[in-house]
Amino acid sequence: MEEEFSVFSHDIVVVGGGLAGLRAAIEAHDCGFDVAVVSKVHPLRSHSVMAQGGINASLANHPEGKEDNWEKHAFDTIKGSDFLADQDAVETFAKEALVNLYELEHWGCPFSRFPNGKIAQRPFGGAGFPRTCFGADKTGLYLINTLYEQTIKRNIKIYEEWVVLELIVEDQTCRGIVAYSLPEGELEAFKAKAVIFCTGGNLRIYPKSSNSITSTASGVVMAFRAGLPLKDMEFVQFHPTTLYGLNLTLTEGARGEGAYLLNDLGERFMSRYVSEAIMEKAPRDITSRAIQTEINEGRGVGGKDYIYLDMRHFGANTIKKRFPGIYEACMEFRGINPVKEPIPIQPAAHWSMGGIDCDYNTDTEVNGFFVAGECACVSIHGANRLGGNSLMETIVFGRRAGRRTSEYIANGRPKSAGNGIYREALLKQEMRFQGIFERTGTESPYKIKSELGTIMDTRVGIFREEQDLRQALNEIRELQKRYEDVRPPYKGRRYNYDLLWHLDIEGFLTISEVIVMGALNRQESRGSHARLDYKERDDKNWLKHTVARLIDGEVILSYKPVTITKFGIGKREY
Amino acid sequence: MKFRVFRFDPENDCDPYFDEFDLPVEKGMTVLEGLYYILENLDSSLAFRSSCRCAICGSCSMYINGQFRLACRTLIANLETDMVSIRPLSNLPILKDLVVDMKPFFENYKLIEPYLIPKEQPPEKEYYQSLQNREKIDGSIDCLLCGICYGACPTVSLRKDYLGPAAITKTFRFITDSRDGAMEKRLAVVATEDGIYRCHTIFNCQKFCPKDIDPSDYISQLKRKVVWQLFK
Repeated sequence: MEEEFSVFSHDIVVVGGGLAGLRAAIEAHDCGFDVAVVSKVHPLRSHSVMAQGGINASLANHPEGKEDNWEKHAFDTIKGSDFLADQDAVETFAKEALVNLYELEHWGCPFSRFPNGKIAQRPFGGAGFPRTCFGADKTGLYLINTLYEQTIKRNIKIYEEWVVLELIVEDQTCRGIVAYSLPEGELEAFKAKAVIFCTGGNLRIYPKSSNSITSTASGVVMAFRAGLPLKDMEFVQFHPTTLYGLNLTLTEGARGEGAYLLNDLGERFMSRYVSEAIMEKAPRDITSRAIQTEINEGRGVGGKDYIYLDMRHFGANTIKKRFPGIYEACMEFRGINPVKEPIPIQPAAHWSMGGIDCDYNTDTEVNGFFVAGECACVSIHGANRLGGNSLMETIVFGRRAGRRTSEYIANGRPKSAGNGIYREALLKQEMRFQGIFERTGTESPYKIKSELGTIMDTRVGIFREEQDLRQALNEIRELQKRYEDVRPPYKGRRYNYDLLWHLDIEGFLTISEVIVMGALNRQESRGSHARLDYKERDDKNWLKHTVARLIDGEVILSYKPVTITKFGIGKREY
Repeated sequence: MKFRVFRFDPENDCDPYFDEFDLPVEKGMTVLEGLYYILENLDSSLAFRSSCRCAICGSCSMYINGQFRLACRTLIANLETDMVSIRPLSNLPILKDLVVDMKPFFENYKLIEPYLIPKEQPPEKEYYQSLQNREKIDGSIDCLLCGICYGACPTVSLRKDYLGPAAITKTFRFITDSRDGAMEKRLAVVATEDGIYRCHTIFNCQKFCPKDIDPSDYISQLKRKVVWQLFK
């Protein structure tokens, strides 16, 4: 052990190489600090690349959006959140969206254009104006390439295929991380004056999920285990239109630009749920509930659990030009030509409104530990996120995290720690690995993962009620017990994906418990959290954030107020 | 269905070998799902990369039944075979099983300075870019950097110093972008013996690109641009 001990050292370590991580790293670098990105996949393979439809900023470029401004963006976001968003955070977000969007364009991001040469914008659900900037339906791909290019320009160090295992915290101060190198098979400690987590979402815990295989909650779980609180985890966004079976997202941009939702009877049924003026342009929570209701009431296509997204009236040219990704996915995976046929779709778990508790400076409870992107809960999305806001969130708060971290270091706050703490953390993880390899159980972790998926899908989905949630909680705790008996993973040290899944599935069980407990306690319906036994929003009792902590191995819930500034609280009607 | 999978762990194995697995295949199952079935049920030591599982992240490029493909978008049924044979991407060092070292590929990519070098100081808002100008970079901006063109290129297999189709595509992408101002510098990087002139127009890059990009077309366009520069 002694002779193998080594420490990698950087001013700032960013964990995660998606949009938030790369943006944070670029900013920290430009503030003059030595920054490194540690990512379990190559940055271009991050989940961010899957984002399709767009990124919101009130540029007012659209002919119908001339009156748009940051305040209207902020209001739509707050209303979309079912008033659970912190309004100071939303204000910061909507203001800074503009300068950030132009900067991405200056870095070469190939946004789609209007004939006048300006960045094109399209309508998205819940937005008063066409506010969503986009590059065809590959906005995530174009953005991640743009940011990756900027990290190359700056020669920012990226540790690719390094899996972070632990956040090192001492006296409420973050000291670094321990990570496992997939290519080398070694564990190493990283010394850092500050750490930024941009580790993405959690929703691979659902079997019907639009997330990449790598969105496994690992960062959120690590922070939770290190004693940090998680906020609003019960709010799980279901994307209304994912390709049936595969659950690949078909961008909201399609509905924004006029695609229809059709049930088995061929009805455009949205008028049953929202006004005729809004129809398919309703926010995601409302649209998902509408689709699920149609399916539950037997109007799914052929009595099955899907309905149709119909974009045939767009014509071949528009579909191929503006939605090449949808066209390709339908043809490749389902043999369906969206020019000629409607597309079978169903809602799927898409985005986690909850995450590691932080404020709009990306500060957490632990000094020197900052968070941004989907793993963080600022919160600007409250109980429901509007489409197009997550990409902008990664950029605005990734940048803020990079800057904030630099300020933290420049202010001379962190005193450097001796090697002892790194040695200790490394040893702890070595022992953990050994313990895992020496297991004697026989349970398959993958079977547990699959059973957990069924529980989450059937009992903790779009509609929830007490009995189901209670049962889900009991069943999850049963699975936690069974997990203690899992078989050892494959024992090789290099590229051991079996070991990674063992670690992730253990985390799945923790996060699922937090989601279910939050959902069980919250006796109201708000945004994505729809209780059949408490159908109304209850501001008197529940206009507050859920805060979950791990105390002596137990999940403990508490609550904290929502920050309300000038936008007030109103009815949410569309 | 039989899966015949290339195996090699350079730390433990003297030589590569193939493992055969029998697995139940459901309708609509992809090769990637088959690999996960093996990992979860048959052999937990199998190493392969994957992430988005819908053909946009470029992780799971490999050689499947004689073609370079993304495993996630290869439907087993479409292979029309009872044996799925899988090898790692060619022309790159094998790290373990189906995982190759992408470093040589990305080193070449970095050589071409793959970022916008603006022609002018950025305006307060966006640069204006006409629809026609924007359309010129369509296709070239869709590159996933999955490495398939590089793995499939016979020229790369003969000469590792060749920049390769993806890096040259990236050069084309920036030269063609009306906002970029570094054409001469960029052309100088690719107009070399190990750049565009090394291409033997065998068209494997175009044949196998999972996004239907045609790097060979970009290479010939760049060659024309270089000649044009000489007459300027």
